[in-house]
Amino acid sequence: MSRTVPRRRRSTTAVSLTRTQAVVRGSVLALGAIAFLFPFYYMLIGSLQAEPDTSIAGAFPDPTNLTLGNYAAIDSRIDLWSGLVNSGIFTGGVLLCTVVFGMLAGYALAIMRWTGRGATFALTLLIQIVPFQLLLIPLYVLITRSYGLGDTYLGMILPFAINATAVIIFRQYFLQIPGELFDAARIDGAGEIGLLWRIAVPLVRPALVTVVLLTFIGPWNSYLWPFLVTKEAGMQPLAVSLANYISNVAASTANPFGATLAGAVVLAAPVVVLFIVFQRYFISTDIGSGVKG
Amino acid sequence: MSSSSIHAAAAAGATRRPAQPDAHGTRRRRLRKVLGPHPLGWLFSAPFLVFIAAIFAYPLGFAIYISFHDYFFTAPGVVVDQPFVGFDNYVRVFTDPKVLQSLGNIAIFVLINVPLTVVLSLVLAAALNSVVRFRTFLRVSYYVPYVTASVAVVGVWLFLFSGNGLVNQILGPLAPEPSWLSNASLAMPTIAFFVTWKELGFYILLYLAALQNVPKDLYEAAAMDGAGKVRSFFTVTVPGVRPATVLVLLLSTITGANLFTEPYLLTSGGGPNGASASPVLVMYQEGIEQGHPGYASAIGIVLVIAVLLIAFLQYRFAGGKER
Repeated sequence: MSRTVPRRRRSTTAVSLTRTQAVVRGSVLALGAIAFLFPFYYMLIGSLQAEPDTSIAGAFPDPTNLTLGNYAAIDSRIDLWSGLVNSGIFTGGVLLCTVVFGMLAGYALAIMRWTGRGATFALTLLIQIVPFQLLLIPLYVLITRSYGLGDTYLGMILPFAINATAVIIFRQYFLQIPGELFDAARIDGAGEIGLLWRIAVPLVRPALVTVVLLTFIGPWNSYLWPFLVTKEAGMQPLAVSLANYISNVAASTANPFGATLAGAVVLAAPVVVLFIVFQRYFISTDIGSGVKG
Repeated sequence: MSSSSIHAAAAAGATRRPAQPDAHGTRRRRLRKVLGPHPLGWLFSAPFLVFIAAIFAYPLGFAIYISFHDYFFTAPGVVVDQPFVGFDNYVRVFTDPKVLQSLGNIAIFVLINVPLTVVLSLVLAAALNSVVRFRTFLRVSYYVPYVTASVAVVGVWLFLFSGNGLVNQILGPLAPEPSWLSNASLAMPTIAFFVTWKELGFYILLYLAALQNVPKDLYEAAAMDGAGKVRSFFTVTVPGVRPATVLVLLLSTITGANLFTEPYLLTSGGGPNGASASPVLVMYQEGIEQGHPGYASAIGIVLVIAVLLIAFLQYRFAGGKER
């Protein structure tokens, strides 16, 4: 980088870029955005095509080749509504457990002083590095065989019930609340449950949204575990029934790609919409603190 | 937080403490001595602790137990002889060509996915960190693949990378034969590329957080010394986000070792001829489809030990020293 003296003096005010550098940066960012978004655009286009068109022209909407038939086709093979309902119950159960029990644990870890607090927090960090593949077989044996929870919502929910990352995020937020607030309320005679409900919960509402977003994608998108516990089609979350369609039934359908992509749109849409609407709660610092602990 | 309010609180705490011990007397005090000043903390954490015990601790021990036995699936309550077999399952892991192939596959995966993830996510995060316009739009569009179900995006990739899919149409005569996912030497790289694309948004967020902690005056000092943007990226940004880089290395390696959905769906069960089978896929086939959970658990334990070893090496060589 050879630079002239006056340029150097100007760049001491940091962020100034040369024109070429700005163009390079802009194109890198734009290229990235296209690479990330194009498959989603293509998913939507493909799901609306009556005849699958894989040529380059097929990447643009063609009014003569548009149909909603693929959505009807996939719905006749896998029941989209029952899939969505199952996904919803599975996700809702996990969210409820994580929010209620995770918040209680986060509060106890941040605000209350009790023996074993340090050890519990160390455990919380530790279980994040236990890989799921190690627990896969024993959990399958325990939940479907020993407890007989195969094909039940409880069986799907249990391994995801309390998200350790959520506990850490809640703890982080509770720690930021000034301790005097609690001292003052205790002097006024508030009990611990009153403190949690009246003071702590209202103050960590942003954390609540972050936790819900972060927890939502786990069960909604997960495939391997619900696939193992549900054998009955009527109990399967949408991700599982769509995957079964892709791996088994697709070959016997007239427009397998169209139907697959229609199912994919239905599966992806709720999450994408949720993350666009609440994007300001899904920012780097929260995620960073959650992962780093 | 003003200092006067801290003093006030401290004073309140000081006056409160001697006022407490009284009525119920020693029993309560002894309870507090064992459980701490807020014994309710135990109660609040109890569901989480039970969860850790039931979903992590017990299954972990159980995994080790069944890996040393010839374990059978039985109906609840039925007692079957499940003999202790010592290290037999482990010996099988290291002699089974299927397992060895899957370990080799995952090595290819990690060699492509991890460096690509680190470089692309750092470059994109650094570029994103310095723009003002379209910032939100770009950030959201980068993490959309991360938040979407694998199953959903796998559908599009199958469409894009099929024999006469869009990618091959664009490549024209350059298209590989046989096509990407049915080509033994390209199937695993294509999966690695898919996973990089899908998970990148998460790592961009991690790097964005790390970039906020790089002191601004370091950039000013670098500029003062005549370093251009590119130079200061390498001398200030890259070392400044080193802890995040270690984290990205670890997490992307762990994700790689957990690979299942992508080979199961993209290459219909690790094809062609097991060229894209992952260890977790083999665990599923052996443990659940074939009914050898003992063997599958042994594969899982070997895999986890391997991952921990790699993670330790990454931590040592990618810069544990600074912290």
